[in-house]
Amino acid sequence: MSVLVFAENWDGNFKKSTYESVAYASGLAQAVGGTATAVVIGNVSADNLSTLGKYGATKVIQYDGADVNHQAVASILAQAVQAAGAKYVVFNGTWKSKGAAPRLAIKLSASLATEVVELPSSTAPFTVKKKTFSGKAFAHVELSSDVKIIVLSTNSYGVKENAVTAAVEKGSGSASEKDASLQHVEYQKTTGKINLTEAEIVVSAGRGMKGPENWGMVEQLAETLGAATACSKPVADIGWRPHHEHVGQTGIAVAPNLYIAIGISGAIQHLAGISSSKKIVIINTDPEAPFFKAADYGIVGDALQVIPKLTEAIKKLKG
Amino acid sequence: MKILVCISSVPDTTTKITFADGNTKFNTAGVQFVINPYDEFGLSRAMQLKETLGGNVTTVTVGRADTEPVIRKALAIGADDAVRIDADPMDSLQVATEIANYAKDKGFDLIITGRESIDYNGGAVPGMLAELLGINSVSPCVKIDIDGTTATMQTLIDGGKEVVKSALPLVAAAQKGMVEESELRIPNMRGIMAARTKPLAVIPGSAAGNAKFKTFDLPAPKAACKMVSADNVEELVHLLHTEAKVI
Ligand SMILES: Cc1cc2nc3c(=O)[nH]c(=O)nc-3n(C[C@H](O)[C@H](O)[C@H](O)COP(=O)(O)OP(=O)(O)OC[C@H]3O[C@@H](n4cnc5c(N)ncnc54)[C@H](O)[C@@H]3O)c2cc1C
Ligand SMILES: Nc1ncnc2c1ncn2[C@@H]1O[C@H](COP(=O)(O)O)[C@@H](O)[C@H]1O
Repeated sequence: MSVLVFAENWDGNFKKSTYESVAYASGLAQAVGGTATAVVIGNVSADNLSTLGKYGATKVIQYDGADVNHQAVASILAQAVQAAGAKYVVFNGTWKSKGAAPRLAIKLSASLATEVVELPSSTAPFTVKKKTFSGKAFAHVELSSDVKIIVLSTNSYGVKENAVTAAVEKGSGSASEKDASLQHVEYQKTTGKINLTEAEIVVSAGRGMKGPENWGMVEQLAETLGAATACSKPVADIGWRPHHEHVGQTGIAVAPNLYIAIGISGAIQHLAGISSSKKIVIINTDPEAPFFKAADYGIVGDALQVIPKLTEAIKKLKG
Repeated sequence: MKILVCISSVPDTTTKITFADGNTKFNTAGVQFVINPYDEFGLSRAMQLKETLGGNVTTVTVGRADTEPVIRKALAIGADDAVRIDADPMDSLQVATEIANYAKDKGFDLIITGRESIDYNGGAVPGMLAELLGINSVSPCVKIDIDGTTATMQTLIDGGKEVVKSALPLVAAAQKGMVEESELRIPNMRGIMAARTKPLAVIPGSAAGNAKFKTFDLPAPKAACKMVSADNVEELVHLLHTEAKVI
């Protein structure tokens, strides 16, 4: 039984989230007794394509189409699923995938689970664990349709290696005119920044920083760690930081290996979006701040004093 | 301009989540329900669009009678009328199918949903609904402007933003940005009074889903936080390196 995985690329390159979904598809293929086939749309070099084998894709099908939108992804994937007779489709947790998967579910009369965090606990009935209540809880969802679609929660499964040789094929098919009716106008890309959802380390700060002028030290700490920066909701609302950095129940959900929370009280809405982090560090002047209950390591102290020292100590460690 | 806003009734964001009946059901005892925060951004933008372009704002909710306080709140914020499709929402497919069945011959120019419901986190209704209706969808939609029969929108991509354009009708899945926090509409006394007599139609639901929420569980509790002195940040770095192995 073939498992298809949408291997998303950015200008011909894959990112960690793509490899994670390929690794998941490979794990799923083993569970259901099949193989994992990666579907690539657009121009990707043979060298880059072959890297998908490292995470367990035995076959890669490459379709034409530059810079396709989520609707085009859904219609090309529908053709790929039908051509392969696939019963499972796996997506990474990016915006494009989250947009494409529900449309594909309708095209294929498939069952869909999003925000999935693990391989199925049972394949008959097919049951997967997903995040609910913005990460405050998990649900075990049974997918009953013949074709099943899974959208992975980024950083939940891990980029597991399982090296095989990937055979590359050309796929025949393309998006319909209808999908192009959603017209691209322009991109406003943020370059050189580490993607928040994919980041292994996130340095996040809140109102305890007192003002935007103090964020330089937060950025320095993040840079030293190779981390992405994030913030609490009020900090984005008052314009100290851009909206796309706001994490929590009504912002971005993150699941890094390390989440460092500076001057953030730990409100339930904030914790909801970050509780999947593997390790949490908190720095706060108030020993009673609720965040300490959700953290692994804590420092009671003034952020403005502690952060520069912490950055220095990490620099020393990294030599 | 005929606008349909999909409103999901969800537990207030401060709710401590617990489950009942052997972890098979969300425990609603003592829980306050609110308009899904993303739907609130969408409804507020719908009100702005109505004020500049004229027209009508209808809300639709798939749910039982217990969702009516939340529907009345949407009416108090300014929606002209509301529809409740009477059913227990089980999954995104069922909800999307109910709304599509209702909306398909009503001639809505714009359908606004939230980008995700904060209870079951499907993030799937907008895309499913659009596909069922055969129209474009933009999710998440962080800006929408309408000029005649064309919408210009801003969406998020991994690594930035994208501006897209589409003819109406379409489905736009709201999140913050569609309006700012400060532009969120709050019901005033007059609105609340008016909402009592605004039309709220109830129609029977009939759609089925294909994903079943069987059981729930909570994340494993955290062990006690290890405290490190502010004068000894080297100790923290050491622990993160050798014990947690995350740096
Ligand atoms: C519908 C709704 C949705 C929400 N969604 C979100 C969400 O998605 N994400 C989110 O983050 N919030 C969300 N919130 C807001 C949330 O309830 C809190 O208000 C918010 O998280 C608090 O932000 P904060 O911790 O930065 O600020 P505060 O609560 O003001 O906390 C500041 C902290 O900094 C500490 N501090 C002060 N000075 C220093 C110093 N010098 N050094 C170190 N520490 C210091 C203080 O002790 C305090 O603990 C939501 C609220 C609502 C109503
Ligand atoms: N029961 C419901 N009734 C009406 N609209 C809903 C319902 N459930 C979800 N929606 C809409 O679909 C959006 C996305 O929900 P979901 O796909 O469940 O995450 C929500 O923000 C609502 O706008």
